[in-house]
Amino acid sequence: MQARGKERFKRELPLYIMLFPAVIIMLIYSYGPMIGNVIAFQRFLPGKGLFGSPFVGLDNFAYMLKMPNIWNVLYNTIFIAFMKMVMGIVVPVTVALLLNEVISSAFKRIVQTIIYLPYFLSWVILSGILITILSPSDGIVNQILGSIGIKPIFFLGDARIFPYTIVVTDIWKNFGFGTIVYLSALTSIDPTLYESAVIDGANRWQQTKHITLPGISTTVVLLSVLSMGNILNAGFEQIFNLYSPIVYSTGDIIDTLVYRTGMQNYQFGVATAVGLMKSIVAFIMIALSNQLARKTAGYRVL
Amino acid sequence: MRLNKSRGYTAFLVLNHIILAILAVLCIFPILHVAALSLSSSTAASSGKVVLFPVEFNLKSYTFVMQNNDFLRAFGVSVLRVALGVPINVLMTIIVAYPLSRKKSQFRAKTFFTWFFLITMLFGGGLIPWYMIIRETGLLDSIWALVIPNAIPVFSVILLMNYFRDIPAEFEEAAYMDGAGHWTILWKIFLPISTPTLATVTLFSLITHWNSWFDGLILMNSPTNYPLQSYMQTIIINIDPTRITQRDLDLLKLVNEKTTKSAQILIAMIPIICVYPFLQKYFTTGLVLGGIKG
Repeated sequence: MQARGKERFKRELPLYIMLFPAVIIMLIYSYGPMIGNVIAFQRFLPGKGLFGSPFVGLDNFAYMLKMPNIWNVLYNTIFIAFMKMVMGIVVPVTVALLLNEVISSAFKRIVQTIIYLPYFLSWVILSGILITILSPSDGIVNQILGSIGIKPIFFLGDARIFPYTIVVTDIWKNFGFGTIVYLSALTSIDPTLYESAVIDGANRWQQTKHITLPGISTTVVLLSVLSMGNILNAGFEQIFNLYSPIVYSTGDIIDTLVYRTGMQNYQFGVATAVGLMKSIVAFIMIALSNQLARKTAGYRVL
Repeated sequence: MRLNKSRGYTAFLVLNHIILAILAVLCIFPILHVAALSLSSSTAASSGKVVLFPVEFNLKSYTFVMQNNDFLRAFGVSVLRVALGVPINVLMTIIVAYPLSRKKSQFRAKTFFTWFFLITMLFGGGLIPWYMIIRETGLLDSIWALVIPNAIPVFSVILLMNYFRDIPAEFEEAAYMDGAGHWTILWKIFLPISTPTLATVTLFSLITHWNSWFDGLILMNSPTNYPLQSYMQTIIINIDPTRITQRDLDLLKLVNEKTTKSAQILIAMIPIICVYPFLQKYFTTGLVLGGIKG
């Protein structure tokens, strides 16, 4: 028994050696910050470090709930994230269905190539482009609108419009990827189904309604359920690059609030408390959505 | 196969092509417009004459950007970041994915370690603690701060692990009989047949490192250590007046701010455009097939 255990360990040893460096790095830089969340319960003094700072119980959380804008920020976050979720399904599914009807494969390929490109550009690049074209004074978009008699629109500077600008520009970056995911789901539908439908006299619309849509419904359900885990992710990288104090009332989200509170105002404890609340809610949402995805679509991560 | 030519259908086809063409034009127009701006004269750009094609074509803004030492230095930092970060990411992905892809009979602790890595995808530590840990470990202001903390891309690990798991057992059994150990099986048998997934993992890492800007922005104290995207964030989006020198101001009189910004945006896009054909080929199939297992 002992000898067998020893032999087994010898056989598994290389596997442990392979994992070793990654486990150390993850312990420090992924698990370390999880433990570092104790800052949320401290009056954190950077000079004294994680374990030297005085504990203050739930003071930071109490402060957080009294912040004048906290509920507004929570509302903005969910509003923007929810609109992105819905449009992130509707637009790619629609475009995939339209592309699927295109017969010329060259045209199909050109459209795919173009709409997929912004997905790979960073929000810094895309924001640079957006700030240039959306400028109310000399941006091309307002020039074009002006030529048909529309007054300049402050896409990034008007609090009423800002959330919608965020959603539309987010679609610009991401719908190409979604479209290609759904297109690959469409191509996996059994072509004989269409053949027999044609024999039965079904027209194109009936084919779409009774074969195509049910054929991709699993993928749609799966991806919508999984996106629920992002209900508090309104897109930090995007909003950070596009917002300004004028649009805080509708554009400030949890992540930008955490950044300003912590990295600019040095209220480390409060910022960590807000971030921790977000992490916990996100964890619950992800766990629930994975559970739901397993039930509805047989999805498993492992 | 799906032939069913009615007049309504023909009308739909025409309309469909028009809608998709408009959509594609809307997507690419902003990029082409900025490209046209970067190649136009400063007077043409500021008077709003430029739409899709350069007006009074010239390369002044590119020569201006190329003389800007800050821009070139930041470009160099980004290249270094990619040169260090991508090989580390790929190596880590390989040596983590292999043990996790073993059967439980071969590696008893497999489930434990799988969850060890997976949990980090589900629960993030949050911005402030993450920053503090990197500070405590002394990486601030060093290129390693951009490479070491995210050395293990867990999503890529899952991708490659799933791929390894689907390799038929006969492959390794034959090698095992010949006395090959785990390292030999991984290097000589698994890796050569995993090139498509390795390409996906490499591209994924390349894109992530090239595009990241937030970590550079907060982990580098000195702006001279900023990678390109962080540098661009500070000069294009959050213009920091303290960082503009008299020389910049003098030069800006000669070339328009709008055209130089556009030129910088275009230059920062070049690496992505270069790998774009490969991205299209490997990204979708790899991500869709590997990430979502039904």
